[in-house]
Amino acid sequence: MAQLIKDGALCENSWIRITPEDAEGIPANGDIIVSLSCWQEQKDALKDHNGKVAVCLSPGQEPAELADDLADLPMIAIDFPMFADGRGYSYARELRTRYAYQGEIRAVGDVLQDQLFYMWRCGFNAFDIRADKDASEALKGLNDFTVTYQADARDPRPIYRRQPA
Amino acid sequence: MSDRLFPNKLAGYLEYMYVYQDYDQRLLDERVAQFRDQTQRYLDGKLAEEEYRPLRLQNGLYVQRYAPMLRVAVPYGMMASPQLRMLAHICRTWDKGYCHVSTRQNIQFNWPELQDVPDILEALASVQMHAIQTSGNCIRNTTTDEFAGVNAKEIDDPRPWCELIRQWSTFNPEFAYLPRKFKIAVNAVPDEDPALIGVHDIGVQIVKNAQDETGFQIWAGGGLGRTPMTGEVIGEFVEPRYLLAYLEAVLRVYNKYGIRDNKYKARIKIIVKAMGRDKFRELTEREFAELKDGPITLTEQEMERMRASFPAPSYSSLKDLPEALEQALSSSKAFSRWYHTNTRAHKQSGYRAVTLTLKKTGRVPGDITDEQLDVVADLADRYSFGELRTTHQQNMVLADVRQDELFDLWQALDSLGLATPNLKLLTDIVACPGGDYCSLANAKSIPIAEAIQHRFEDMDYLHDLGELDINISGCMNACGHHHIGHIGILGVDKKGREYYQITLGGRGDKVSRIGDKMGPSFESDEVADVVEKIVKLYVELRHDDELFIDTYERVGMEPFKERIYGPAN
Ligand code: HEM
Ligand code: SF4
Repeated sequence: MAQLIKDGALCENSWIRITPEDAEGIPANGDIIVSLSCWQEQKDALKDHNGKVAVCLSPGQEPAELADDLADLPMIAIDFPMFADGRGYSYARELRTRYAYQGEIRAVGDVLQDQLFYMWRCGFNAFDIRADKDASEALKGLNDFTVTYQADARDPRPIYRRQPA
Repeated sequence: MSDRLFPNKLAGYLEYMYVYQDYDQRLLDERVAQFRDQTQRYLDGKLAEEEYRPLRLQNGLYVQRYAPMLRVAVPYGMMASPQLRMLAHICRTWDKGYCHVSTRQNIQFNWPELQDVPDILEALASVQMHAIQTSGNCIRNTTTDEFAGVNAKEIDDPRPWCELIRQWSTFNPEFAYLPRKFKIAVNAVPDEDPALIGVHDIGVQIVKNAQDETGFQIWAGGGLGRTPMTGEVIGEFVEPRYLLAYLEAVLRVYNKYGIRDNKYKARIKIIVKAMGRDKFRELTEREFAELKDGPITLTEQEMERMRASFPAPSYSSLKDLPEALEQALSSSKAFSRWYHTNTRAHKQSGYRAVTLTLKKTGRVPGDITDEQLDVVADLADRYSFGELRTTHQQNMVLADVRQDELFDLWQALDSLGLATPNLKLLTDIVACPGGDYCSLANAKSIPIAEAIQHRFEDMDYLHDLGELDINISGCMNACGHHHIGHIGILGVDKKGREYYQITLGGRGDKVSRIGDKMGPSFESDEVADVVEKIVKLYVELRHDDELFIDTYERVGMEPFKERIYGPAN
């Protein structure tokens, strides 16, 4: 069953996440998500990888660490080891606003229905829903609200700069 | 939502406070639906306890000793009479006939059933009320001076700014999962701190610069609880249009660098101290530089819309001290005492602001019943433009009462038990729910408050003592703000027994100051004696009309310590 929600719909996940522990055994082919340390150590080798390469930021690893690499990265994953650790929200916003990053930003880890709306507003456009949850149920979380007060990734204007409806 | 339990009861009300637009209402309705669904999924076992917990907390729902506790937001402490009636209705229908005014101007219900909460929220939404972000690790209700708009000393009305902050913080997607709770307060009175900005995560002090322009001095890093601290100024003068940009900058720094692996170190105060104010300010300024002049900058139109949302009520032109008032003052000693203690000067001549004290001896400090709420709503309609405020000292305020109607109002309040003339006096005790309700408590607070009140029943003596704040918390979470009581009382656990530690010299009036610990703690039946001894010594030591806090600041802790514990060797 598909666990990935991308741009508002369920879809198959072509990416394999390589955790720091199995960084040794990077597969020869296929799209891979590597840790920041793996990327920093093997950047040059990874550029020749037969498949796409994305980097995963963990809490404490800020987008600034990837500032020079953004053009090379089709996707940045942001890990939520626990959904209550909200640093990733600021990282996604920074990627979209400060760095004007246009690629995919994917939430991975403890990713659940009731946080999707906030994540989406912060600039995430893909969500790898936690394996034990029903992703088609979780999808509903993207539509919790039709009203927002603040600027967000969908609308850069806060409510007081939007045209009156 | 068309299937509301209640039709919107606010038509024609809310003339003097922010009125919801359609979109504000829609947001609330969508929130009710969302929370109903979350609660249903939890009850159906689809949401694990630890997944539901932060969701219910962000909606003010704690699980307590006996039942859940639901905290309802009262933005900057302002309510209209239909909202009071709705609170009364909730007390009757889903609770045990009373509710509680909290130390952050909110309202708490002690006995709702979890499965009823969605219905309660729907009822609240019909009068533009909610429980959004009243708990949990997010931005909480913004508080201010309960006399905002009528305080002759304020340099601007803080409420429009509070409402702007309310909207910016409501479901702000970036700041829903902060390291810890985050509280903002706004003050517009120079040289006084009626909103306690000094002990808030962010304090916004409205100031004038040398060119007489209004702006904001931003404080950060205050907070009570474990390791209480007062905040420090990090922004000297933020222009009004940049208020939200600056706040967003502070929150982003906090969200990124706040401590997450130890909840006792997770408040902003700890990182402001740890990295130092200058470093914190530098990080904030860096974020601010990017946000400044971006879309978050407030438009003139929006600032004007907010100002216009809090117009002065349609006052009559009246003079101060009308004959009716003079007569009542000279003929009734009881009225006169109440007038001097529980009412205060007003911006508008011919009016006074009246505090309803919820501190009658034998009643839980801050509690109010459904019947009282209903009558207070009627009194608000009749005497104060249909509007009422809550205070962080757990009282209520009718802000705009004609002086020639004060006597009638007093009679009505007196028969309700809401005219005890003890505002700011020793028996106007602030106390958290404590061990009677709270599962985190080390000790009870309510019986201690009551024991002290019984000890000081002589009104003449109380008035002779003058202003004296007593604050009681049942544990170091400090919900009763004990650190800023002139006398602070803290419940501690000693080998499974309830003990109380006493602090002296805290204050939350002109400035915020954290009290000093007196010494070893006391058993529950000793506390009232100790307070009595402290007060007696103060009476011996005071010069003329010197207040307790001033005497304490003059003589220091030693004499008190010696009186209570005997001479040091
Ligand atoms: C579960 C039962 C609890 C009850 C009944 C309770 C009650 C209260 C009340 C009435 C207030 C005023 C707050 C407001 O209206 O927003 C408050 C504030 C506060 N609460 Fe609680 N609370 C509880 C749990 C907690 C917990 C779990 C903590 C922290 C671990 C905590 C720490 C505080 C602190 C520190 C303040 C105010 C002081 C500050 O600004 O630092 N409370 N609480
Ligand atoms: S101070 Fe402690 S005992 Fe009192 S309400 Fe707060 S958490 Fe409970």
